[in-house]
Amino acid sequence: MKYTQGKYLILKKTAVAREIYSFIIKCPEIADIASAGQFVHIRAGNFTLRRPISICGIDRNKGTIRIVFEVRGEGTAEISRLNEGSFIDMLAPLGHGFTINRFKKVVLIGGGIGTPPMLPLAEIYGEKAVVISGFRSADAVILQDDFKKTGAKTILCTDDGSLGIHGFVTRPFTELAEKGGIDAVYACGPMPMLKGIAEICKKYNIFCEVSLEERMACGIGACLGCACRTLRNDEEYFAHVCKDGPVFNAGEVIW
Amino acid sequence: MADLSVKICGIDFKNPVIPASGVFGYGREYEELFSLDRLGGIATKGTTLNRRTGNLAPRIAETPSGMLNSVGLQNPGIDHFIEKELPYLLEKDIVILANIAGSTIEECVQVAEKLEHTDVHMIELNISCPNVKQGGAAFGTSCDMAGEVVRQVRKATSKPLVVKLSPNVTSITDIAKSVENAGADAVSLINTLLGMRIDINTGRPILRNNVGGMSGSAVFPIAVRMVWQVANAVKIPVIGMGGVSSGRDAIELMIAGASAVQVGAAIFTDPYAPIKIIDEINEFLDSKNISSVRDIIGTVKPW
Repeated sequence: MKYTQGKYLILKKTAVAREIYSFIIKCPEIADIASAGQFVHIRAGNFTLRRPISICGIDRNKGTIRIVFEVRGEGTAEISRLNEGSFIDMLAPLGHGFTINRFKKVVLIGGGIGTPPMLPLAEIYGEKAVVISGFRSADAVILQDDFKKTGAKTILCTDDGSLGIHGFVTRPFTELAEKGGIDAVYACGPMPMLKGIAEICKKYNIFCEVSLEERMACGIGACLGCACRTLRNDEEYFAHVCKDGPVFNAGEVIW
Repeated sequence: MADLSVKICGIDFKNPVIPASGVFGYGREYEELFSLDRLGGIATKGTTLNRRTGNLAPRIAETPSGMLNSVGLQNPGIDHFIEKELPYLLEKDIVILANIAGSTIEECVQVAEKLEHTDVHMIELNISCPNVKQGGAAFGTSCDMAGEVVRQVRKATSKPLVVKLSPNVTSITDIAKSVENAGADAVSLINTLLGMRIDINTGRPILRNNVGGMSGSAVFPIAVRMVWQVANAVKIPVIGMGGVSSGRDAIELMIAGASAVQVGAAIFTDPYAPIKIIDEINEFLDSKNISSVRDIIGTVKPW
């Protein structure tokens, strides 16, 4: 794993929904080596702990990455107050990303703020991808135009039915899984959603990777703070979201 | 350029800055960012006789100017450490303090015995981990128990023995005197303070272990006070730690009586913290025309 730490220029800041922000950051040495599913570890003002945020876009030609994050607490609020032209302190790119293969048909599933890490995958797979994204309600919907630009087919769900399909992402996904022909599923979102997807994939024997989240300190595998229960060689093992993950094979995770 | 070298228990450190046990793993992850050779030493992740899985997550919580952790001594066991991690660390031109722990006195002794035939430079015996049910702080909060575990480990090792003390005690000087009498060559302090955070929306503690060890800048004044008290109470060297995040903090702790400092939570905020602290100590000494960092140790002039 290669990573670096420094202060990088924020080129563009946009509010993409209420309390959800998008930053495009100039960081050629990070963009050069980053891959889909990895994250950046951001210093938040005077807080002791950095905040891990998944990468939502990588543009090697422009030497930029994009992050899209939600204000969840005081740390992310602090980060959200940074503006275009100011510098963001990042330790990146971190973690083990998604397995990219010559799959013919993939399904990308994002729940809420778990949607952003699906975008680099949609850019890779384009028309071979179906993107299912789920949000609380219409006002929390993000990134749909970005997904459409990649050529991927998009399916939108909201918990309250205010936009798209009324219900959870598992409903349209179950229908797709029943039809067959899916080579791989990639997902990121709340644990109950990921668990549901993992169960469906197991039933239909589909390769499935999930991106997990955990409270984290060092971000690089030294402090062992972000433990995640997994099976390794049939033995229970506390893997670490920052280094072994954040992407895990769904079959390895003890739900 | 001031002379930053210090000598503790006959071991030469090129500078007095040591990443603390638990934040730095076995060093490999930070080698990606800077050469480990720049450090004075490394206190390695607390290692027990057998592999330990540690506590359930969440293990980490933010606190005002600090954090809580309840990792629970997850480690691959001493044999793995000796075979897979130590050879790599011993290639570096730095002092390696092997931090060891155990649930029983017997376990601590066995771990120390296994290290006896290695080239590790020092042993740091952890009698103060707040995150494990047995051993850990249970040893470090009673003078009798602390003395007994140190006495037994002392018999098992000829290496310099540093004993890491808990601040969660009525009198840290009594514990320090007890481990000194039992044969400790140095003490290191402070380990984390027991703390707790609760999510007010759910009523659930943030840590799955309910409580955890608090570290970071918030504990620094407590570390200064305890280092000062202990340095006055014992004749053996004191290695100071607890919330050190700048060269000025390191200098302050050394003036209080520390012969070297360990850096913990600050590394999470800035992974280059130990390197910056070394540079800042040097700049401070140069600005005061002090030729050696050794000249400031214990120079506090109390009222």
